[in-house]
Amino acid sequence: MGNPYRPYPAVIRKTIDENDAKDIRTFRFAFRDEDAKEAFSFRAGQFAELSLFGVGESPIGIASSPMDRDYVEFTVKRMGVVTTALHRLETGDSIGIRGPYGNGFPMEEMEGTNIVVVAGGFAFTTLRSLTNYILHPDNRDRFGELTVIYGAREPGELIYKYDLDRWGKRDDIQLHVTVDAGDGNWTGLVGYVPTVLGDVSPSAENAFAVVCGPPVMIRFSLPVLEKLGFPPSRILNSLEMRMKCGMGHCGRCNIGPLYVCKDGPVFTLEQLQNTTGEY
Amino acid sequence: MMDAKVISKDKIPTLLDDLIERFHVWAPMAKDDLFLFDRLVSGSEARLDVVNTKLSPKKAFFPQSEILLAFDRMRIEEPPAPEDLVLFGVRPCDAASLLVLDKVFRTSEFPNPYYSRRREATCLVGIGCNTPLQTCFCTDVGGGPFHTPGLDVLLSDLGDRYLMEFLTEKGEQLLGDTPYAENASDSDLADKERVVREAERQITPKANIEGLSERLDGLFRNPVWGFLSETCLGCGVCTYSCPTCHCFDIVDEAEGSVGKRFRIWDSCQYPLFTHHSSGHNPRPSGSARMRQRVMHKFHYLVENVGILGCVGCGRCIRNCPVSIDIRQVLNRIMDN
Repeated sequence: MGNPYRPYPAVIRKTIDENDAKDIRTFRFAFRDEDAKEAFSFRAGQFAELSLFGVGESPIGIASSPMDRDYVEFTVKRMGVVTTALHRLETGDSIGIRGPYGNGFPMEEMEGTNIVVVAGGFAFTTLRSLTNYILHPDNRDRFGELTVIYGAREPGELIYKYDLDRWGKRDDIQLHVTVDAGDGNWTGLVGYVPTVLGDVSPSAENAFAVVCGPPVMIRFSLPVLEKLGFPPSRILNSLEMRMKCGMGHCGRCNIGPLYVCKDGPVFTLEQLQNTTGEY
Repeated sequence: MMDAKVISKDKIPTLLDDLIERFHVWAPMAKDDLFLFDRLVSGSEARLDVVNTKLSPKKAFFPQSEILLAFDRMRIEEPPAPEDLVLFGVRPCDAASLLVLDKVFRTSEFPNPYYSRRREATCLVGIGCNTPLQTCFCTDVGGGPFHTPGLDVLLSDLGDRYLMEFLTEKGEQLLGDTPYAENASDSDLADKERVVREAERQITPKANIEGLSERLDGLFRNPVWGFLSETCLGCGVCTYSCPTCHCFDIVDEAEGSVGKRFRIWDSCQYPLFTHHSSGHNPRPSGSARMRQRVMHKFHYLVENVGILGCVGCGRCIRNCPVSIDIRQVLNRIMDN
């Protein structure tokens, strides 16, 4: 029997400062062992425990696409003890990674449908994984239209700018990037994500909406989606919770009988409406 | 299974001394002014007369603190396999609690190897309860003072001797050929029946939980939780002394690059248990935490793995500093 608490050793290959505040950084890891690379097979929307020996562990969504087989990326905001310690590490340093955990996005159901990604701020990470997965040449034909609406407080807080630039040049993705407040150099959209969502008005027909962002963005985006005709069963959310084990054992991430770590973190709005709302 | 045996009470220390030669043996014993399960050095230390130890023997499988990994930078070592263990004098409620923990840790999508290998390395010799305590309510939650689920051998106190029944092959291998016991007679078996009847008679139903799980499903937003948590101090002793509670934290301790990763007991009754690093807390109040404890045991576990998370040992009642009685809590919920 393998030990699920034993993390796979992984080396930092690259780090990218994502925002002007420099508190959000993407870490690209390569697993040290070939076996680990094979074992760590994941789908978009799953997460892993990043393990810093002597400091602790932190559950973080996987930000790279499952199609990128040679590395795995996590975008981490400096918040607590573990993430602060992680931000001090550099290329060439090693940590442990255990997982993947959670259900991920229901790709089988999403195939053949139009996908509307609605993301705000730093919560873009697993949706970026999803977007890059869909845009991969092997997968693009299996999905319909792809619309991405992404916003941040200000231009300097937009993450994955290199991806946004790349996606903006493609004709198989409708990309709408917005900021709450522009600056002198900003020539793009200005406005809150829910407002832009209403302006873009993506069709709900044969579509899934995937929503992730700060609570206030979610609160105002859901009524817009509802008005556009998205049923709660076709609106996907990804939740965060304090968690330790990632396997449904340690007892702290449950919403009623559902465990965010193993029954989630991706839930339909319909599922969430039927829960106790304790999140 | 082989026929039952009887063993004279005065032979028990010798029997235990023999077992101690071959295994780690844990039994109830006096320790730190309490009665606790711990490792016997001598068979005479065992206190089979103690009906309910301060803590259950849960720690034999799920210790309060255990090493998950030891590390030196990126060199990781796992702890060695556990020693073979005989747990002697386990009460039926505590044995039943292991079936709850098995559902969580063993038959999970991610089996917990630390727990599972301890379970596999352990033989459980139980003892029925002739005189249940006032706080005992095993019969209300599907158990009984002589129930055997989770046990390998059951001892029944027949006055000057114990009836020894073998419930599993493991139990039979451990004690089946002990030279200190003899074959039981029909009158021994009849004596046991009498003792069981008398013990069950002493536990008068104190909590009626028929249909409780379904009822709890509709009570999440009921004001009853506020009322029930009013006197609770949030000390968490109910969860620490509960044989089925299994919530835990994982923490690292290190000096320089060398250290250990520990899994330690935690409690849903503490505010920091669910506190996000953003400051958000989905269970910010005592009533939300009281609700979580009751819901987890009597509804979520039933819903998720088909088992009740309470075995009626009564430790949460006896240890509560403000006398919260889970039986009254459940009755209050059923009245709602």
